[in-house]
Amino acid sequence: MKRELTRRHFLNTTAAMGAATLAGAMMPGQARAASDLTVGFIYVGPKDDFGYNQAHAEGAAAVKEMAGVTVVEEENVPETVDVQNTMESMINFDGATLLFPTSFGYFDPHILEVAPKHPDVRFQHAAGLWSADKHPMNVGSYFGYIGMGQYLNGITAGYASKTKKIGFVAAKPIPQVLQNINSFLLGARSVDPEITCQVIFTGEWSLAVKEAEATNALADQGCDVITCHVDGPKVVMETAAARGAYVCGYHADQTALAPEKYLTGAEWNWAGVYTGMVQTVLDGGSIDNFVRGGLSDGFIKMSPLGPAVSDAARNQFEATKAEIMKGGYSVFKGPLKDNAGNVIAADGEAFVETDIALESMNYLVEGVLGSTS
Amino acid sequence: MSTAADIGIWGVPLAIIGGAIRVSTPFLFVSLGECLTERSGRINLGLEGTLVFGAMSGYAVAYGTGSPWLGVLAAAMAGVLFGLFHGWICKFKGVNDIAIGIALMLLGMGLAFFFGKPYIQPVAPDLPAIPLGWWSDIPQVQAALQVNALFLIGAVLAVALHWMFKNTRVGLAIRVAGDSTDAARAIGLNPDTVRLLSTAAGGALAGVGGAYLSLYYPGSWNEGISSGQGLMAVALVIFARWNPINCFWAALLFGGAGALGPALQSVGVTSGYYLFFAAPYVLTLALLIITSSPDKAMEGAPGALSITK
Repeated sequence: MKRELTRRHFLNTTAAMGAATLAGAMMPGQARAASDLTVGFIYVGPKDDFGYNQAHAEGAAAVKEMAGVTVVEEENVPETVDVQNTMESMINFDGATLLFPTSFGYFDPHILEVAPKHPDVRFQHAAGLWSADKHPMNVGSYFGYIGMGQYLNGITAGYASKTKKIGFVAAKPIPQVLQNINSFLLGARSVDPEITCQVIFTGEWSLAVKEAEATNALADQGCDVITCHVDGPKVVMETAAARGAYVCGYHADQTALAPEKYLTGAEWNWAGVYTGMVQTVLDGGSIDNFVRGGLSDGFIKMSPLGPAVSDAARNQFEATKAEIMKGGYSVFKGPLKDNAGNVIAADGEAFVETDIALESMNYLVEGVLGSTS
Repeated sequence: MSTAADIGIWGVPLAIIGGAIRVSTPFLFVSLGECLTERSGRINLGLEGTLVFGAMSGYAVAYGTGSPWLGVLAAAMAGVLFGLFHGWICKFKGVNDIAIGIALMLLGMGLAFFFGKPYIQPVAPDLPAIPLGWWSDIPQVQAALQVNALFLIGAVLAVALHWMFKNTRVGLAIRVAGDSTDAARAIGLNPDTVRLLSTAAGGALAGVGGAYLSLYYPGSWNEGISSGQGLMAVALVIFARWNPINCFWAALLFGGAGALGPALQSVGVTSGYYLFFAAPYVLTLALLIITSSPDKAMEGAPGALSITK
């Protein structure tokens, strides 16, 4: 009796397992039948964080509106083996053939690990440095020249600062962050070469209490315009404004958080970029492996100028923005030294906006108080 | 702001004092709550979950009603529910309070993330602060001495708890239940009821700590708001040798040490900041090693705790 039960139980279990396998095998097929393309978006934090993830999620929302496209999303995915599991499950269970793992740390080693196993799936990564001789062909990299936005932020900051000290709350010393810090200072120095920028690294993309402490420490040292490069700028904006400092936004429009103190902000504009890429795939084309764009390409945009921006600031802001819109603008031009005294660019030398050398930046320019390690 | 004084290197001690006041309150409330629970003979490791859920529910209610104090009350009520749940399950035979605590921690965080989705964007009203820096002309000092009422309430509470344990019948009941289940039964107390109520009260305190995070400092709700502060606070109780007044000092120490990293960077000590960020933990380890002794290990630990049994 007991043995029979066991055997029946065993048979039941195997039958159920078989059915589950069958269903699992059929599901991607059904998903594919329902739409022409399934696109997966993966975020490192919540997708309504007033910041990096929200900017990407707004792009995903635009893709969702397209006919024949199914969007699958997962948020709060750490930059660990977790993201590999998420990618695998989006590919195997949802039938996704185009993935946007959006966080910087997803690229190496996680995307590079998963991509070779799925040659039919396209992996699009934000900010990664893809190169043809090192990386798989089904991986692509895209990013925007948002440093230009921080340069424009810096111009408004240069006019608004009375103490000639501005502050930057930064997450990690990676090239994109360093470029933003340097651009912010150089923008301010285009107004007044005496200005210095104090940077504080928090070490993580999202650490609310430490970001608040960093902002307070900057205010204590007399920084009266503060911006940041962390995933969710909400805490920095609110804390800085509460201390009476002006703020420049990042990632998304944060005007609502500090309407009186908000000068302007450098925002992503992923909706146009993402719908364009998805349309290319729907039309049977292939996305370039290395895509970059700036203000003129609609990759980034600036927040509306706040009430504290003076007319002089507005004029220089608009004039510089018009120059950048023409393309080929150089924020980093000689004579330029880093803050340890090494020459970055000799007199007459310049790195234009699109120069690939800027994407491996590992220095802070003269005038930035801080260190990369 | 235009009158900001150039305080230079003085920014570091000022940041430590300011940080101690700003950052310590959640540590203080959670460790007082855990102290109360552990003195009754149970360990509730779920307070990290209660803290995060308190932060979310406090923010949501403050946003919905426009009153931050109602938010604090809601967070406390949520904490009571989590505490009652923990206390109720733990009275069954063979149930391990540490395992239940871990389960409740994950449950609390999961529920908070789930229900908290719509509240990441909105801006809720903040708790008011009391400007205790009026005597100084320096804006930085005034900013550092913006003291939230909850911090003062927490300080008073630490003394009150200490007094209660020593001098009142209720305190005696909690201590008896914590030191010996049999002794508690012998004097006619139901140890499960004592522990249930203590865990509920401890949960309420942890919920209030969460409300401080989302409603005052840093003052907004998001999923990374706690970054493990609830767990550290549980550890602080051991560090404080189950004494509420020591919990207060331990919380201050931890808050101040956490401000060290950003403050040192702001005055130009910029290399090795990852090491300075580890300061609170290094300090805790060092103090534990210095104050440890092979003869009187776990001095002050309640006898009926599952880790000391």
